[in-house]
Amino acid sequence: MKVSTEWLSEYVSLDQVNIEELAEQITRSGIEIDAIEERNKGVTKVVAGYVKSKEKHPDADKLNVCIVDAGLEEELQIVCGAKNVDAGQTVPVALVGAKLPGGLDIKKAKLRGVLSQGMICSAKELGLNDKLLPKEQQEGILVLPAGTEIGTPITQLLGLDDKVLDFDLTPNRSDCLSMLGAAYEVAAILDREIKLPEPDKRLIEAAQPASERIAVKIEADDLCSRYSVRYISDVTIGASPQWMQNRLMAAGIRPINNIVDITNYVMLEYGQPLHAFDADTIKGGVIGVREARAGEKLVTLDGQDRELEPGALLIVDGEDQPVGLAGVMGGLNSEVTGKTVNIVLESAKFDGGSVRKTSRHLGLRSEASLRFEKEVDPAAVIPALNRAAELMTLYAGGKVLQGVVEAVVSKAEDKVIALSLTKLNAYLGTEISAQETKAIMARLHFECGDLADHALEVRVPTRRGDITRDVDLIEEVARLYGYDNIPTTAIEGPTTAGGYTKPQALRRALRGLLVHGGWQEVMGYSFIHEGYGPLFPELGIAGAREVKLAMPMSEDRSVLRMSLIPGLMNIAAYNRNRKHDNLALFELGSVFQTEEEQLTKQPNEITVLGLLLAGDREEKRWNANPVKVDFFDLKGALESIFASLGISGLVSYEADAPQGFHPGRSASVYLNTPSGKQLLGSLGQLHPELQREHDLEDTYVAELHLEPIYEYAGDTAVYRELPRYPAMERDIAIVVGADVEAGALLAVIRNTAGELLEELDVFDVYTGSKLGEDKKSVALSLVYRHKERTLTDGEIAAVHDQVVSALEQTFAAELRK
Amino acid sequence: MKERLEALKHEAVAQLNAVADAAQLNDLRVKYLGKKGALTEILRGMGALSAEERPVIGQVANEVRGAIEALIEEKQLHFQRQETEKRLAAEKVDVTLPGRPLKQGSVHPLNQVIQDIEDIFIGMGYRIAEGPEVETDYYNFEALNLPKNHPARDMQDSFYLTEDLLMRTQTSPVQVRTMEAMKGEVPVKVICPGRVYRRDDDDATHSFQFHQIEGLVIGKNIRMSDLKGTLLQFTREMFGPNTQIRLRPSFFPFTEPSVEVDVTCVKCAGSGCRVCKNTGWLEILGSGMVHPRVLEMSGYDPEQYSGFAFGMGVERIAMLKYGVDDIRHFFNNDLRFLGQFARI
Repeated sequence: MKVSTEWLSEYVSLDQVNIEELAEQITRSGIEIDAIEERNKGVTKVVAGYVKSKEKHPDADKLNVCIVDAGLEEELQIVCGAKNVDAGQTVPVALVGAKLPGGLDIKKAKLRGVLSQGMICSAKELGLNDKLLPKEQQEGILVLPAGTEIGTPITQLLGLDDKVLDFDLTPNRSDCLSMLGAAYEVAAILDREIKLPEPDKRLIEAAQPASERIAVKIEADDLCSRYSVRYISDVTIGASPQWMQNRLMAAGIRPINNIVDITNYVMLEYGQPLHAFDADTIKGGVIGVREARAGEKLVTLDGQDRELEPGALLIVDGEDQPVGLAGVMGGLNSEVTGKTVNIVLESAKFDGGSVRKTSRHLGLRSEASLRFEKEVDPAAVIPALNRAAELMTLYAGGKVLQGVVEAVVSKAEDKVIALSLTKLNAYLGTEISAQETKAIMARLHFECGDLADHALEVRVPTRRGDITRDVDLIEEVARLYGYDNIPTTAIEGPTTAGGYTKPQALRRALRGLLVHGGWQEVMGYSFIHEGYGPLFPELGIAGAREVKLAMPMSEDRSVLRMSLIPGLMNIAAYNRNRKHDNLALFELGSVFQTEEEQLTKQPNEITVLGLLLAGDREEKRWNANPVKVDFFDLKGALESIFASLGISGLVSYEADAPQGFHPGRSASVYLNTPSGKQLLGSLGQLHPELQREHDLEDTYVAELHLEPIYEYAGDTAVYRELPRYPAMERDIAIVVGADVEAGALLAVIRNTAGELLEELDVFDVYTGSKLGEDKKSVALSLVYRHKERTLTDGEIAAVHDQVVSALEQTFAAELRK
Repeated sequence: MKERLEALKHEAVAQLNAVADAAQLNDLRVKYLGKKGALTEILRGMGALSAEERPVIGQVANEVRGAIEALIEEKQLHFQRQETEKRLAAEKVDVTLPGRPLKQGSVHPLNQVIQDIEDIFIGMGYRIAEGPEVETDYYNFEALNLPKNHPARDMQDSFYLTEDLLMRTQTSPVQVRTMEAMKGEVPVKVICPGRVYRRDDDDATHSFQFHQIEGLVIGKNIRMSDLKGTLLQFTREMFGPNTQIRLRPSFFPFTEPSVEVDVTCVKCAGSGCRVCKNTGWLEILGSGMVHPRVLEMSGYDPEQYSGFAFGMGVERIAMLKYGVDDIRHFFNNDLRFLGQFARI
């Protein structure tokens, strides 16, 4: 809402008020002032002048030489190029020495040899907004109303000595969508009197009752609680007075004609939208409100033929023909035109929700609908109607027939709220007295009486529909009392222990572990392109589906991610395009999936850890040769994670060919707990075809479901006594079939060697032609130790021989010598 | 014999003084002091000496041996030193060449900010509450005093999945879920960090996905002044001990009274600069006393209990803290950007 301070000062004195300081005060009291607009964009020394004569320029077809009386001692000769300039006009004249917006300085000059002592200005040249100018003023020089006093500064005539405050209203403060609302607010802040217009006292009515000309009916009680009209006869359509036009423009509304301008002016003044119908187009002498029926149409004022939604609120005439869309836009058939003589002036309270629905449906949002949507003040219906009628007698020559014709379903009552001062102070942490509270209520113009037990009875006028209970009043007190005056205290009561839950702590620890291992955390988008998620194995529920957005902003962001891997791939590709090829990325985030074909309940959201590894193990350096990362770099990272979480012993890896992965270089990871074996996730190289599609080189990814881990992870470490007796190390190298898994060898060795085996590791794997087709050599190191004594060579040999023979028997292994 | 010994000494000293390297020195030692060396050779003739001469010659022989040994030792030390020096010279490294770095990634800057804020509130006795990112209309709006058709729903155009399910537009539904889970117990003291979604076209200051942290405290006699105290303490921990806060009335459907909270500009400390648009203040928090209707709906009697809630945008704080000029950096994940936050 743009609030002209010139206009505002009609209702509340702004004497001795610095507008910038006022803006700050308003902001600090609850309504943010977005901007202070100077209406004068830099105009000085421009005055009203009278064009006495106009002659053609002797040497230029398009120029005229005008003699202008600008109220100075001497008449001025001014060369003017505007087509519409003519003798007998009053026009804005920039005198020599004048400044115009955009830094133009007016000097004495010769134009094609003819002296020009100033400039006749267009509205645009005076810095007025094109879009807000009446059509006839958009081109050529600005012609001022006849009778404008010569020599008057143009800033005064156009109301340019004005600062406009832009009220950025929160949804609850729609009361300030009006000048009077703004005035109440400012009066409360400044603690000054408010002067209301009093149309009821000043309106002069004709003897003829309006009810002889028009009747009113409401056939939609739920959607319209009051419908009131006045009948104004014998109006003359013309321009509205300049001051009214100035104020409309200051508010951002384009002047059109006196009738329309008056309805807009009063809407701005009271916040009550009004509509003027050409009375002679309303058939049957009746105007009513009803809901639209299926298939009904109306051509609205903007010339559009609109199909109406059943239930939309319509204004109809006595023949039941639609003549307007209630609260949204009038019909073309009842428009006020240059020929209009009689007016039916409407002021009503329409249901906000209904107006909102209709305006949304038709994509039609107007100043009127904006106000109805937020619920207008029912108490303003009649004053606004009377005010507009008064202005029509003053500025359109109309006669207001006697009486308001109306249908009333219900009238709103002021709300009466009990405000306990004890609660007020307990709530705010203050010690505000009853007297102070009453003074604040008085500033707001809320009537206030005493109740028992330190309570007040507050009567809240209907214009403040946002105030419905005591806490709303507490807020009013707080904001006018000033939040700076509220003390700063510490919470009283029992202390509480803060902290993370175990999963939260584990996630944070994981993040730290990875970061210190050289991994970079990333954050991808939750919305991705359809179809990428299911490329990877689902965690959580088997056979789950992607969750789609009902109205995505783009195809690339149309479904919720059901895997972190697609996002990681995008980030990898993005960085590869920027010459960053060595990547170790991880993300901890939610993925989404549903088992439903048609979503009816919240999808599963699970927290997963995604990892992506590509490029060289280390950055290129003078003392290191680049080595590509491989499967085992990634697996090692997972092993380290599980070791840190203390669950290494529960995790197993099985060769697998999960979706999206290289079938020979990928595995599923399982958590083996007493309650069974559970899939944790997958790791491996991306399928080469996927890599190609995404312009990636060999890339290794892993995705782990964290939920199952929480229960088993993060147990406290338990001390074990350090060994007192020496260990014995024995290495063996065996040749086995190429497809024998190392894991199987290790398992057999562990089973055979039993407790004496302390450590077991693979230290070499070798394949080569001299071993023979489909063979490989595996070298293992075994460390034996007895807890209570030193092992003898004989004891070790006995166990070790058993190990070797078990390997020979199980895998047809040959011992390499 | 004495003369022979003296001559030997003379010869040995001359040769030892001329010795060129450790190998030659060793040869000379063998030559003079070895089992078959020259000194031994001469001393073999001792048997032929008289009892008077023997001790005299013996003494001379010992002197000669001692002198040669001392000289050899001296030479040996010399060569050892020479050897060490040679080695040291050969082993010299260019200390200006770069070393092998520790591997170091970094926590995403948004998570760094979230962790910082969590640490502060945990220190103040808060726990961390979490909730789903896909919410029902009830939790996201209705339970927060935003019934269907409420004008405040205008403020947040949302991503719906169905008529009733949407991506949460705020972390406030976690407050409702927390209150429900607490079943009327007090005190409630939580913060709720999380990702939220609004239908915004992405530009330098808008992103359709972003993060919020909300806080909720419910108990007996929770006051607006407590909110002020809490936020002052938090902002001082977060932005420095001289930080001031300023409350401005505002509107949120789920709090009453509602206030926006400004802090003294992190850049200019309040003197006015480009970041704070010369106001000296930065708006970083929304907050207020929990609306009685929200308390009622979540099972708390507003006549018995009161509470406050606050919320802030993680991206905004991160942008202010690190001076980041474009919100999209956070989700582009350019390593040249993320790498800048690898600090302890």
